[in-house]
Amino acid sequence: MSVSMQAGMLGRKVGMLTRYDDAGRAYGATVIEFADNVITQVRTVDRDGYSAVQVGTIGDRKRTTRAQRGHLKASGQDQLSMTALTEFRTSETDGLDVGASLSVDRFESGMYVDVTARTKGRGFQGVVKRWDFAGGPKTHGQSDRWRAPGSIGAGTSPGRVFKGKKMPGHMGNRSRTILNQLVVEVDLARGLIFLAGNVPGPNGSLVEVRQARKKSVDPVKVVIVPVVSEEDTDVSETPIGEVGTVSISSDEAVAETNEQSSENESLDTQDEVPADDEGEQS
Amino acid sequence: MVDLRELVEGRPSDKEDLAEFGVGDNVRLMLWITERTARGEETRRLQPFEGTVIKIKKGLTANFTVRRVQRGFGVERTIPLTSPRLESLSVTRRGKVRRAKLTYLRGRTGRAARVKEANRV
Repeated sequence: MSVSMQAGMLGRKVGMLTRYDDAGRAYGATVIEFADNVITQVRTVDRDGYSAVQVGTIGDRKRTTRAQRGHLKASGQDQLSMTALTEFRTSETDGLDVGASLSVDRFESGMYVDVTARTKGRGFQGVVKRWDFAGGPKTHGQSDRWRAPGSIGAGTSPGRVFKGKKMPGHMGNRSRTILNQLVVEVDLARGLIFLAGNVPGPNGSLVEVRQARKKSVDPVKVVIVPVVSEEDTDVSETPIGEVGTVSISSDEAVAETNEQSSENESLDTQDEVPADDEGEQS
Repeated sequence: MVDLRELVEGRPSDKEDLAEFGVGDNVRLMLWITERTARGEETRRLQPFEGTVIKIKKGLTANFTVRRVQRGFGVERTIPLTSPRLESLSVTRRGKVRRAKLTYLRGRTGRAARVKEANRV
């Protein structure tokens, strides 16, 4: 993969708000707050076989264990509360040293991010809720079959139930990644970003936000010069870094995302409104 | 964590905004609408909408619904209080009602669908 990977950050889902696009249409936006993000370990190709940075922030547990404290000592962190550590794969670890802090200015409005978080736990659930089965008939002489799973397979042949058969069981509380969330605003002063759309998990939960792997800067929000038309761009042949220059190239993260514009067709959808518009009920 | 209420744009608080009008009042809204001319150009203009406030929802996503009967059809518009499309709102008549949501108006027409006028300002 030729995509240049940037270190992501660990934040907290604050909640959702109603925001409006330029046409006045309402859409839901998720607010994510970032506390201190410190690089606690750097993985290099030479030593570890891959390059990544481990980022730490204040986690859900009140204090670290002694082992964790020993690990954090290298980064100069004696914070008792830095219990959340996550590795982010990066293409290079230049300028990313142990003990350095990551700032919210890695994000820029108009860029896309992938968000990984744990979904809300739903406990042990039946097939209707868990797998959207239809259940059985309510009437026509039936009883106790409303939410039953029905047959779970054939008879003597194969004589067993196939692996992976959808059955009742634990639902939720698992890590899910939402791809290509649009960053609509970055609040540097308060350490917040606003994403169009939703993010897994309850409010207050930890989320990993990283630069989107499959989609680059949004052409509507970020002016790209020169405008590349569909005709003279062969998507597969586009040399990295020659698609255009982002006007707000002061930010390293955005400059990098621009290099990986593998989706050039999106450059032509300038008049499309990116956000899911719920619209005002009228 | 930040308080979400601090981040809601264009609105100081429920108290300040909702003191101005209540359920049962007749209000006149000026709403920005976007139209497409015959030549395909988009134009924006203000369109008035006047009717009875039949419900107000409070909270972070506060909105209100205005109902009127137009050409024999009941028309209801629900507008978020923070909507940029809402240019202005003025109360044309104060209503005297005893409930928070006037959904009962939907089943009524003509004289039965009236709201008594209140003496308050």
